[in-house]
Amino acid sequence: MSKSNTILYLDGVSVSFDGFRAINNLSLVLDKGEMRAIIGPNGAGKTTMMDIVTGKTRPDEGEVFFDGQVDLTRHDEAEIAMMGIGRKFQKPTVFESHTIEDNLMLALKGPRSIFPALFHRRSAAEARQIDDILGIIRLGDKRHEQAANLSHGQKQWLEIGMLLAQDPKLLLVDEPVAGMTDAETEETARLLKDIARDHSVIVVEHDMHFVRELGVKVTCLHEGSVLSEGTLDFVSADERVVEVYLGR
Amino acid sequence: MITGRFFAAGADRRIAITIFILLAAAIIVPLLNLAVSPTSAFYVPAYIVALTGKYLCYALLALALDLVWGYCGILSLGHGAFFALGGYAMGMYLMRQIGSRGVYGNPILPDFMVFLNYKELPWFWYGFDHFWFAAITVLAVPGLLAFIFGWFAFRSRVTGVYLSIITQAMTYALLLAFFRNDMGFGGNNGLTDFKDILGFNVQADATRSALFAASAVMLALAVFVTWAIVGSKYGKLLMAVRDAESRTRFLGWRAENVKLFAFTVSAVMAGIAGALYVPQVGIINPGEFEPSNSIEVVIWAAVGGRGTIVGPIIGALLVNAGKSWFTGVLPELWLFALGGLFVAVTLLLPKGIIGMWDSWRGNARALRAASVVEEAAAKVGVASATSKPARSPARNPGEWSWSDPEPQAAE
Repeated sequence: MSKSNTILYLDGVSVSFDGFRAINNLSLVLDKGEMRAIIGPNGAGKTTMMDIVTGKTRPDEGEVFFDGQVDLTRHDEAEIAMMGIGRKFQKPTVFESHTIEDNLMLALKGPRSIFPALFHRRSAAEARQIDDILGIIRLGDKRHEQAANLSHGQKQWLEIGMLLAQDPKLLLVDEPVAGMTDAETEETARLLKDIARDHSVIVVEHDMHFVRELGVKVTCLHEGSVLSEGTLDFVSADERVVEVYLGR
Repeated sequence: MITGRFFAAGADRRIAITIFILLAAAIIVPLLNLAVSPTSAFYVPAYIVALTGKYLCYALLALALDLVWGYCGILSLGHGAFFALGGYAMGMYLMRQIGSRGVYGNPILPDFMVFLNYKELPWFWYGFDHFWFAAITVLAVPGLLAFIFGWFAFRSRVTGVYLSIITQAMTYALLLAFFRNDMGFGGNNGLTDFKDILGFNVQADATRSALFAASAVMLALAVFVTWAIVGSKYGKLLMAVRDAESRTRFLGWRAENVKLFAFTVSAVMAGIAGALYVPQVGIINPGEFEPSNSIEVVIWAAVGGRGTIVGPIIGALLVNAGKSWFTGVLPELWLFALGGLFVAVTLLLPKGIIGMWDSWRGNARALRAASVVEEAAAKVGVASATSKPARSPARNPGEWSWSDPEPQAAE
């Protein structure tokens, strides 16, 4: 398969921790502009896969390419983030002692070295970008509040907002609706679909209702490799998937 | 630009007041010592000037530590090493100023070198006869050591208690090295018997007052610099690294560089503190590298309130004043008192004196607001409907109305 038109290309990737193969000969291709949902039982290797893509974990073998030509295994987290891969953690991770606005300000795309940050003053363009994002994630009225005071769901949204501020090409979103109400879950699906219009997105989620809402191609991981891939109906009709989820 | 922000925003009255008090002290205390007659009630004796000058140096050291510990979560247990290195650089200058007035009367070699049969001045003593050279060394040596140490430690992602242990090991290693006679720094006697600084007698009242003023001004400057750093975007990043380091990495920031900058700036501040300390106490010896000294600095910052600018200063002044008093009254119990103080502060005042003050003020304000609301309600005659006054969220000791979350581990 050609890498040229892909945003993310994983081929034959394996990684083991203390003899346990967390990822086992995993191959996964994401086209530019595509949104993909990844499902799989606990321990299927979903988060480890994200660790590999974002440079946190080095694979033992296999190829990981971003945007068709960048070998991600040669770069670290900060470099990969600067290339345009944003990541939302499973547990919402925001800067709790900062205001919502400052959280976004630290995430805004721009120079990432110390001295510019030391003498940085917020420009009108940056203020506008922050306003836009606050509108999208609907936290405009809480902009001066500490992130620690947000509800779990609002923290998830703030973290997604921080990803948007980063303006990445590819977003990796780990369990965005964990701990959300049904209404919030629907809102999040709408938000992610909006984002997917001009970004490539990978969403890892357990909530099948939410995955159905997204209406995108689904990849089911099991024991570190792809078990089944296709529409949600196709995947959920796959006997092996049913077996994995319901136990044998 | 930053000064503009300082005067325009008026953001932090507490910082402005602190700087004002320090600058006022820099003028008033020397005046009360030099211009007031010793019989007057306002006379400040020279020993008090020297003692408080010493405390101000400790306060600067505590502030330096707080920049990395309070704002970036790096618990350095080796900041005494940077302090001592700054002190040694100043001590070497003061030794060269003795000239031929030493016991052995050698115009080039300090007494201890004559005593240890040195034939000529070691190369690393060159230049210390100039004040400007010593001043640069005071900044450069602690800064460089911190930079090299931090470069390796932060790049290898050594954090938490492991980092604390290696900072402790660093200061201990330096302690052992400086104890050796053939290091060329005076061995366990260190450097002492100073005569002049910039041509003035270090023992003279006027010189002591000038050193006090220099310490106060330098501390005021450090407060301002720390405030500017902490208030900048970089400062916010510093706290972000403290609270969720991996988040900053995945946003593209290099957390190791963020820490390295703060660590280096902090070491330079500690070095300046040491350099001002040595002429005021008249000696520098390897004892300053003692790991326990560095741990004491942590206690000062914790007592005053870490993660604040004024807190460590208050902590350093109070604990040291307490130490001076206590060691006079019950010398053998001082270490128990210090240990007890640390335990008490950790258990009862996790945010230190400043944190307690803020929460007390916050509560008082909330109660006042509540009583105003109640009065207004009583006038309207609906007092019974609003029987429960609004209260600030923090009502119990150990809870704080301005929530300050513990650092959280990310993925």
